[in-house]
Amino acid sequence: MSIAITTQIICFSVLSLIILIGALGVVLLENIVYSAFLLGGVFMSVAGLYLLLNASFVAAAQVLVYVGAVNVLIIFAIMLVNKKEDLKPISDIKSRRIISTSICLTLLSLLIRVDLTNVWSLSSPQNSIGEESTIRIGEHLFSDYLLPFEVASVLLLMAMIGAIVLARRDVMTKDISTGLPVDQELIEKSSEPLLTNKN
Amino acid sequence: MNLESIPIQAFLIVSSALFCTGIWGLLNSRNAVRVLMSIELMLNAVNINLMSFSSYVDNNLIQGQVFTIFVITVAAAEAAVGLAILLSLYRNRVTVDMESFNLLKW
Repeated sequence: MSIAITTQIICFSVLSLIILIGALGVVLLENIVYSAFLLGGVFMSVAGLYLLLNASFVAAAQVLVYVGAVNVLIIFAIMLVNKKEDLKPISDIKSRRIISTSICLTLLSLLIRVDLTNVWSLSSPQNSIGEESTIRIGEHLFSDYLLPFEVASVLLLMAMIGAIVLARRDVMTKDISTGLPVDQELIEKSSEPLLTNKN
Repeated sequence: MNLESIPIQAFLIVSSALFCTGIWGLLNSRNAVRVLMSIELMLNAVNINLMSFSSYVDNNLIQGQVFTIFVITVAAAEAAVGLAILLSLYRNRVTVDMESFNLLKW
């Protein structure tokens, strides 16, 4: 695939802008539902960057796994725990904000300096595998990366079982640290089905 | 596609900014779901880095793309387990405020 250079630059700038503004929205917006949908936009734009980098398979995997699974999971979690609550104010919130922001800006300037000053040993574009990347990934996964591939399948099985065990409904009736009884209103009780026959 | 039109530094700067945004959100969020979203942002920044290095530095063997697939796998597992932990925390504490999750504090 060959696109004109200006088109590439325009695509890259638009995608980067969406990524950065969307990420800022994810961390700054008050309403967490907006954050979740912006996160989906960020994931889609990252998939677009992968397409610019000639990696169609990873872009498809990104869309399927992140937008299709992780983002939907996050939206479901928001629906399950979405309760309006007034957070207790923290006394030293201002100093915390200042310290964390300065740490992040320092790290950002350090990373950008490394990015710009280091001399990257770029390989020549003649060797580029280009559109064959999916074939090469398959070769990698079934030859030199076979063991990590199998371990990843075991990891996914463990994560699935672990998530089921952790999210089950039988919970502790008392708070561990305080010993107070826990509000059980979130747990589904056995109740009459809504559509019972009245006659 | 020839990649000389966009320098590798552009991709690296985008990924650095995304990573720092994720760290800021991780440090400053009160809502536990937003903390998980910030972790996903940071993992995506790492993925952009791996992908750009695989395309510019290792464009024949593309081992970075294989690593990206493994990172995506681990991120999916992490999201599932993290949200399950969050649900059980919410059942026991009836809040998603990070300040009230101090069960493991000594």
